Amino acid sequence: MKPAGTDKIMLPFGADSGRPTAVEVPVGSVVQRTYWENVWRRVTRDPFTVACALVLMAIAAAALLAPWLGLPEPTLTDSARRLLPVGSPGHILGTDELGRDMLSRIIHGGRLSLMMGIVPVLIALMIGGSAGLIAGFVGGRVNMLIMRVTDVFYAFPSILLAVAIAGALGAGIGNALLAITIVFIPPITRVTESVTTQVRSMDFVEAARASGAGTLAIIRTHVLGNVLGPIFVYATVLISVSIVISAGLSFIGLGASPPAAEWGLMLNTLRESIFLAPLNAILPGFMIFITSMCFNLISDGLRSAMDVRL
Amino acid sequence: MADKALVTVENLTVKFVSHEATVHAVSGVSFTLARGEVLGILGESGSGKSVTLRALMRLLPPNKTRLSGRIDIAGRDVMALDPMALTRLRGSTVAMIFQEPMTALDPVFTIGEQIVEAIVQHDGVGRAEARRRALELLELVQIPSARRRLDAYPHQLSGGLRQRAMIAIALSCRPALLLADEPTTALDATVQIQILLLLRSLQQKLGMAMIFVTHDLGVAVEVSHQIAVMYAGRFVERGTVGDVVHRPRHPYTEGLMGSTVHEVPQGTRLTPIPGSPPNLAALPPGCSFAPRCSYAVPACGKALPELRVIATEGRFPHETRCIQPEAVGTRSAIPA
Repeated sequence: MKPAGTDKIMLPFGADSGRPTAVEVPVGSVVQRTYWENVWRRVTRDPFTVACALVLMAIAAAALLAPWLGLPEPTLTDSARRLLPVGSPGHILGTDELGRDMLSRIIHGGRLSLMMGIVPVLIALMIGGSAGLIAGFVGGRVNMLIMRVTDVFYAFPSILLAVAIAGALGAGIGNALLAITIVFIPPITRVTESVTTQVRSMDFVEAARASGAGTLAIIRTHVLGNVLGPIFVYATVLISVSIVISAGLSFIGLGASPPAAEWGLMLNTLRESIFLAPLNAILPGFMIFITSMCFNLISDGLRSAMDVRL
Repeated sequence: MADKALVTVENLTVKFVSHEATVHAVSGVSFTLARGEVLGILGESGSGKSVTLRALMRLLPPNKTRLSGRIDIAGRDVMALDPMALTRLRGSTVAMIFQEPMTALDPVFTIGEQIVEAIVQHDGVGRAEARRRALELLELVQIPSARRRLDAYPHQLSGGLRQRAMIAIALSCRPALLLADEPTTALDATVQIQILLLLRSLQQKLGMAMIFVTHDLGVAVEVSHQIAVMYAGRFVERGTVGDVVHRPRHPYTEGLMGSTVHEVPQGTRLTPIPGSPPNLAALPPGCSFAPRCSYAVPACGKALPELRVIATEGRFPHETRCIQPEAVGTRSAIPA
């Protein structure tokens, strides 16, 4: 390490002591990285996380660009070419029970499935995050009220709650989205509340108050700054759960409705053909598995890179 | 203006109220402090030193704390301030440095960002100007390679540098009064002296008043003009450094002197004070030190002794809360 310059170190002797009051020492060139640069370095050096990110990016890119990929219409039926096996000429992944192109339906289905994975988590993050921040920061009775209400939701398993809400509201993508959002608000509230409570009792919050920061300023900088990381990591896990639940809702007929392309729905309609064309029938399930797995592993990677303890 | 006190505290009491008990953390503390003066508050853990400091800024959680008495800082009645006025007072007129520099700095922001935030909040200047002043502050607290350290996170700095950064934040809005809550306790012995000398020179250079809380007698002697010895939530003795250290007139102070390693020849046996401090939820009716005191007479347990002036040296009176101050020093503090 070559010296990058010198540091002046003051010595605890007065000017009249006859001893030197300061010494110059060479210092090495230390590369200063910001926190996020460090996180980025750690993430990009983790092969699992990188692989998962690449897979997800490919799926997302295909889904986003689906209309421009020159694929056949995902709803175009062809009764003469039903259940063609994987690898058929013109239909690389075969066709489904109505002769629709599987590749096109998988890619178009990804749009809906990814949307159903991400949007509920984002909305729940805003609502649950705010509730958790308020509960954690204000404490006392407000905390009691908010946290006991979320406890009520914890009494039900998440899938069951989603089914119950979506069932009560009626089938449809909008209702499924709402149901999943409601299911995710309590866990996000709880995680935010516990992290906020921890942060609130830290010395630096008292120090900020002592230097004249108001409550809002403290929440905006110190609490949010320390809470966002863990919550972000937690949200990536929830995306994978959200994809699985939305596929489940579609599978039992409470989400997307035919003829829309959606992985859960496709799994349901191809179910009867599983003995005739097993590979075709499994494909949508495989996509659900891969996508939710990748979100899960990325979350793990982020968690260790950001050193978050939930 | 010169002789008008910057800080006037009269009969400050702090009680922590809960369902189980009422804890009398501070029971009737009074003092005045002029601009540029340093008051050292000396006492053991739980004697109410830190609580007194926090009460001065009204930092204690309002729903669990009962404050009474009068606090007047720079002509403002702190007890009567509304929350908005309080936030304006904190940081600009009164600033505080904390014991633990590791946890008192936010780990997710750089030192520079934290100083800039404090400056922008109070002075309303632009970020670029605030950053320029932050650099000056880091140089003022003698942080080497200040420009580079501005972009460092707290965990990248040593304990001593962190405490310097903490001081820089406290000084960012030129406070008239600096409260220091055991700022050297968490540091290595060699670094302690550096921070202490820095604080003393800054206090003199900037003409700040300072209240310095510590349990280390040597530290208190080094920085203070006056020393107040605190026991069970009360000042038991107050006076100049010379008065308190060399002519203690309260048995507790005498006991403290006997149990420190400062300025005693090697091989001298230390004499600890027997017993332990009283339970602050159930204080004895008389002198709270009486149960541990070797000079105690029956009268000590009957009524709480007043803080009386026994001598005056210049502007600083020598006060003690003992009914027989002339007896102190006449025999060993340890009961035979």
